Amino acid sequence: MSKVEIDNRLLKPGVYFMRGNDASVEGALIAGCRFFAGYPITPSNEIATLMSRRLPQVGGIYMQFEDEIGSIMAVLGASNGGVKSMTATSGPGFSLMQEAIGLAAMTETPAVIVEVQRGGPSTGLPTQVGQGDVMQVKWGSHGDYEIVAYLPNSPQEMFDMTIKAFNTAWRYRVPVVVLSDQMIGHMREKVVVPPYEEIEIVERRRPEESPEEFLPFSNKYLIPPMAVAGEGYRIHVTGLAHNEKGYPTTDYETVRKLVTRLVRKIRDNERDIAEYEEFMADDAKLIIVSFGITSRSAKKAVRDARSKGLKVGLFRPKTAWPFPYWRLQELTNNGADVLVVEINMGQMYRVVREHVRSSEVYNMPLTPGACPSPEDIYKKIEEVYPR
Amino acid sequence: MSRIRRLNEIPREELFTSGHSLCAGCGIPPMVKMALKAIDGDKVVVNATCCLEVATTLYPHTSWLVPWVHNAFENAAATASGIESAMKVLLRKRDGKKYKIIVFGGDGGTFDIGLQSLSGALERGHNFLYVCYDNEAYMNTGIQRSGGTPLGAATTTSPAGRVIPGKPENKKNLMDIVIAHRVPYAATINPAYPTDMWNKFAKASEFLDKNEGPIFFHYYSPCPVGWRMDTSLSIEAARLAVQTRLWPVYEVDHGKIVINIRVNKPKPIEEYLKIQGRFRHLLKPENKEVVERLKRYIESNWNRLLKLAELGSIY
Repeated sequence: MSKVEIDNRLLKPGVYFMRGNDASVEGALIAGCRFFAGYPITPSNEIATLMSRRLPQVGGIYMQFEDEIGSIMAVLGASNGGVKSMTATSGPGFSLMQEAIGLAAMTETPAVIVEVQRGGPSTGLPTQVGQGDVMQVKWGSHGDYEIVAYLPNSPQEMFDMTIKAFNTAWRYRVPVVVLSDQMIGHMREKVVVPPYEEIEIVERRRPEESPEEFLPFSNKYLIPPMAVAGEGYRIHVTGLAHNEKGYPTTDYETVRKLVTRLVRKIRDNERDIAEYEEFMADDAKLIIVSFGITSRSAKKAVRDARSKGLKVGLFRPKTAWPFPYWRLQELTNNGADVLVVEINMGQMYRVVREHVRSSEVYNMPLTPGACPSPEDIYKKIEEVYPR
Repeated sequence: MSRIRRLNEIPREELFTSGHSLCAGCGIPPMVKMALKAIDGDKVVVNATCCLEVATTLYPHTSWLVPWVHNAFENAAATASGIESAMKVLLRKRDGKKYKIIVFGGDGGTFDIGLQSLSGALERGHNFLYVCYDNEAYMNTGIQRSGGTPLGAATTTSPAGRVIPGKPENKKNLMDIVIAHRVPYAATINPAYPTDMWNKFAKASEFLDKNEGPIFFHYYSPCPVGWRMDTSLSIEAARLAVQTRLWPVYEVDHGKIVINIRVNKPKPIEEYLKIQGRFRHLLKPENKEVVERLKRYIESNWNRLLKLAELGSIY
């Protein structure tokens, strides 16, 4: 298939009325995703369903696997092979993928996972909203590694952030999660597809050295270039601790360099990767930290509070990991208190408390199954507002 | 429990009650009702994540008058293994009570994600009955293809169109996989042949009494929603599946294969295909090759079974 033929079958620039999950699919295809491996799980099914129709139209392959473990491993295989690939799942399936996410981090294999959160733990509330996977995303696999997780709060952001996720994954060679939730995934809203030339698309950095000089995990780089299967470069991919050639080693110094680099490639770039949105936060005495579907209720609550003369603002992290803590610290340096609103019993609350030392941090613990209304949040604002 | 020749010999007492939210025409409830009646004595039900699990336990109601445990999607047989081991320990330690363990799982939870757990339990030889109700796709999550989806069937993730004629791959032969574990008793059951189904459950009950597990049943479970057919056609489809030789009803008793429903004059497979929306595209001329493939599969599978049945024992 020629590029023109494929471009003709991508979603044309324009204004659409779309479901969040569908917007994620169209974003992925525009970002260049040509392989999807998945397993049915509510509430992410629409992504797999639409992918199974759309991928063959753009010369890609959709494949359903026997479980989530198979799905994510196939994604890593395709990614190592040289194709942009992704999967989509929800909490229980994401739990099954954790070993592979550690493998992806260790082997520096880029991958995109769209996780549409539902209520947990366990099978929990398959058809209801939850935001309880904030910590699982970061700490799900064992050992030290860094990961990137985006937090969309609209179908538009499902589209935008899926593209961003591909860019970040392929730029930093890490697994990247689009951490959505059931309400955002199923919400239908306006989605604007900008002209293609305005969409930034990052491709993998190919090696410039000759095949003889090439080291697949060279410490010369923070993020080593990645060869494509069939280009003549010798690679050796293993989940074992490895040296620059990719061969297993237990040498302390070699492993130290490797693990340090795995962590540093995100930590050193956290200010480039992390994103956030502020709303009336500059002069606020109380800052609400909220993300995903709850941030939409929180925004209304902030407006209501302002109309009653309460100086309340909103700080919405658009990435859970890395968490944009430096900006939150700046906003709270003047003594502003913080209220964290999320549909879990206090996960991002812990992260905020870790970084905000000078003022009070309150949380609004919520069990899964429903999104708080603006009135619920406003009541909490009145309760904790500093007077 | 004794064998029957007529349906009115089945006791009226129910252990699986009405009021659940399974769809009209669903093949699951008649099988579960029968299983709980024909397997006598105390029993525990283990339920994988599936239609049966979600539709029979809507808070604050339950259809189950027996102890019932749900687990994650991929591990019903492993949970059953644990329960059975606990029963053994308690029997060993003191006067524990013996009961029978029945597992219900769908085709997704058995063919695909739960296969590893099932294989492990069959290999370790726990004394339990596993019933896979096979409605040939992931119906609970919205009709996605599974390892049990037959060749040519349209699902939401194997849509029939210009690129593929529905699912391009054949159905996985689950019974062969189970028999490879040399389980004492394995059988296929079908709602259009209820007396055969009852008698197999009754036989399973006796084997469980004698600690002759594991036992495996493969149940043909019509799904009018997923197969896009009228709800009145469920049993008709089930009968046609047998009469076209697509879905042989047979048992493997300690290695001896017996075809329980002999089909001497098979009906054309088109009769089966045309009543289901998921197969309707196959009747178009451009998909003739798929139907031919299906026919070849049916013929070779049936002939192979006949040959195996002639052997004294395949174990």
